[in-house]
Amino acid sequence: MSETSNTVGAAPGRRFDGIAALKDAGFTTLVAFGLLLPLVGFQTVTDVRNVLILQTRFPLLVALTACIGVGRLAYACSISPWLERRAARPVVAARPARFDGWAIAGTWFVPFAIGFVIVYPMIVLAVNGRAGAVTWIDNFGIQILIYVMLGWGLNIVVGLAGLLDLGYVAFYAVGAYSYALLAKTFGLSFWILLPLAGCLASFWGLLLGFPVLRLRGDYLAIVTLAFGEIIRMVLINFVALTNGYAGISSIPRPTFFGIPFNADDDGFAARFGLEFYPIYRTVFLYYLILALALLTAFVTVRLRRLPVGRAWEALREDEIACRSLGINTTNTKLTAFAIGAMFAGFAGSFFAARQGFISPESFTFLESATILAIVVLGGMGSQIGVAIAAIVMIGGTEILRQLDFLKSIFGQDFDPTQYRMLLFGLGMVLMMRWRPRGLITRRTPSVFLKERKSIAADFVKQGHFTEGAG
Amino acid sequence: MDYFVQQLINGITLGSIYGLIAIGYTMVYGIIGMVNFAHGDVFMVSAFIALIAFLILTTWLGITSIALALFIVLIVSMLFTALVNWTIERVAYRPLRGSFRLAPLISAIGMSIFLSNFVQVAQGPRNKSIPPMVRGDFTLLNGGGFSVALSYKQLIIWGVTAALLVVFWYVVAKTPLGRNMRACEQDQKMAALVGVDVNRTVAMTFVIAAALAAIAGTMYLMNYGVLSFSDGFIPGVKAFTAAVLGGIGSLPGAVVGGLLVGLIEVMWSGYVSIDYKDVAAFSVLAITLIFLPQGLFGRPDVEKV
Repeated sequence: MSETSNTVGAAPGRRFDGIAALKDAGFTTLVAFGLLLPLVGFQTVTDVRNVLILQTRFPLLVALTACIGVGRLAYACSISPWLERRAARPVVAARPARFDGWAIAGTWFVPFAIGFVIVYPMIVLAVNGRAGAVTWIDNFGIQILIYVMLGWGLNIVVGLAGLLDLGYVAFYAVGAYSYALLAKTFGLSFWILLPLAGCLASFWGLLLGFPVLRLRGDYLAIVTLAFGEIIRMVLINFVALTNGYAGISSIPRPTFFGIPFNADDDGFAARFGLEFYPIYRTVFLYYLILALALLTAFVTVRLRRLPVGRAWEALREDEIACRSLGINTTNTKLTAFAIGAMFAGFAGSFFAARQGFISPESFTFLESATILAIVVLGGMGSQIGVAIAAIVMIGGTEILRQLDFLKSIFGQDFDPTQYRMLLFGLGMVLMMRWRPRGLITRRTPSVFLKERKSIAADFVKQGHFTEGAG
Repeated sequence: MDYFVQQLINGITLGSIYGLIAIGYTMVYGIIGMVNFAHGDVFMVSAFIALIAFLILTTWLGITSIALALFIVLIVSMLFTALVNWTIERVAYRPLRGSFRLAPLISAIGMSIFLSNFVQVAQGPRNKSIPPMVRGDFTLLNGGGFSVALSYKQLIIWGVTAALLVVFWYVVAKTPLGRNMRACEQDQKMAALVGVDVNRTVAMTFVIAAALAAIAGTMYLMNYGVLSFSDGFIPGVKAFTAAVLGGIGSLPGAVVGGLLVGLIEVMWSGYVSIDYKDVAAFSVLAITLIFLPQGLFGRPDVEKV
């Protein structure tokens, strides 16, 4: 891979250079062989005497290396010339028709999407029946919606205020543990504890936000990461309160405004004269998280029009200009932190109520990275983008769990779920190479004078961490 | 007193390892201004490469001389880890240079997740443990029922770290490559104008950073003898703490910071609470960044309009 490796193959006006493509593919194969040799070619196994021994996997090594080499050659022969032809095409200066298309899609997309998520459980119930629908509503619906909500919450901090937060999961944990502990200790109901958990999380947001306000960009990210880890370690080690690694189990489940979902006579099914099925609780939880997520989106949309929301976006674009205009940056940052944390607290208490069991394992750095990745991949500040990114990332990894047919191809030992995070990490890297600014990069200003205009991504600075290093 | 001396010895050992990783962070930050989040996982990968090389040498080739085996393991691990980091820079970071600043950080987080899960898939999720490579120790002080011991492996770690730091210092201070690196650190555009190949220099920076991480990985393996795919994250963050404490961008700062973080961690677990030793290290990071963002040896970050 020399300096020109991205442009091997057919450059515009030049014929396809087969020799260079072959050379490049050969070099790539060599590098791939070197990379894979130690970790794929050899495997460390603990044998029956509990001693570490080595096994070789040379067929796998050769197969993977060959795949990479052939893939590189195919890329150089087909995709790379196509990309260059596309890049070489003359740019049409103004294409108003395309923007209109976007505008129409934009107007109709949101109502349609909301309508779809509202009827989604009914469609699934109709298609799969009461027994088969649980997986679809629980694994896909609820799981994705939790991340949509977390993504929207973090979007306030990262996307609107431009403060890079790598410890967002700490507030999620605060919400979850608040609900779990208060519900178990004092027997309070979910509906009282939901706002309380939000308040506690936002209190922690203020507490952690206050000292880090002077920091910017990468440093802020690392300190929030440190805080997130500190909270997790306290959860692990403060065994008297949190029960450590073992976690808290049998957390009270949410009720339908006081009516529990069980098979008793005063249960939900009996009260409404229905036959008892566990699916009712799942559907109820689905609509609960849907309502919470939509609340997050609605509050964000409204906040963007308030002075504080506009101050956030101003802060994201240029902190110094913001300060010179008399905006109190401390308060602005703190409100962003606190409100973002509040929504994480809501999501956390929902999470605890849904699972019935929580442990520090659910609140690792990987979760923070996942949520941040959703926000960034979606296009920071864009709510539709964040929702799409959450569906793609979480739905995609959930689909991997369902791919049992791959076992018939690769043998019974093959477990697609173990490749989940591997593909996830790879996806993050590839997305950054393909669209570093996320899926949806266009912006519509929250306040406008005469007509609403979208702003292309090139004109948006996206946070004060955009400034170069030098 | 004896206990204190023992903790001091352990702290310096741990600190040497952190210092070596921290140099990788500080060099990369200095030259392209990004926090290379995947560096902790590169360290973990290097330890795995060292483990495999060690097993090949001792169980298959039957090398009995530990000194020779250790030397070969060190070289092999440095070479392969350098290749890994070179590829990472080429694939995940170089195309994003000049993109907005969050992009390389996200890419690095993705790389970090990829590396640790790749090792998990390729080598299995269980802890790998090997019998101690180097046994034996000197007894330095003996009194009051507590003896202070300096083990041979700790001595090797000190010696190797010191020797390689001298080599590294020579490369940065005296060679044309080091001069190019310092030039790129000050002003990439200007360096390119006077004929420095910036891409090559950045790639070499990653290669050197990986080689130092590989030394740390080998030393880590020798010191603890246990390894798992998730061992990259915590040492990675602690080494980053060391780099920040010393002043990010400053090479002597990274070493001093590493020693300080190692000492703080060991003293904290020795005298206060072993459960909260990671909390101590992370708190040091937060406190440093809040009250002393430029670190001990760093230049203050001037805010420009």
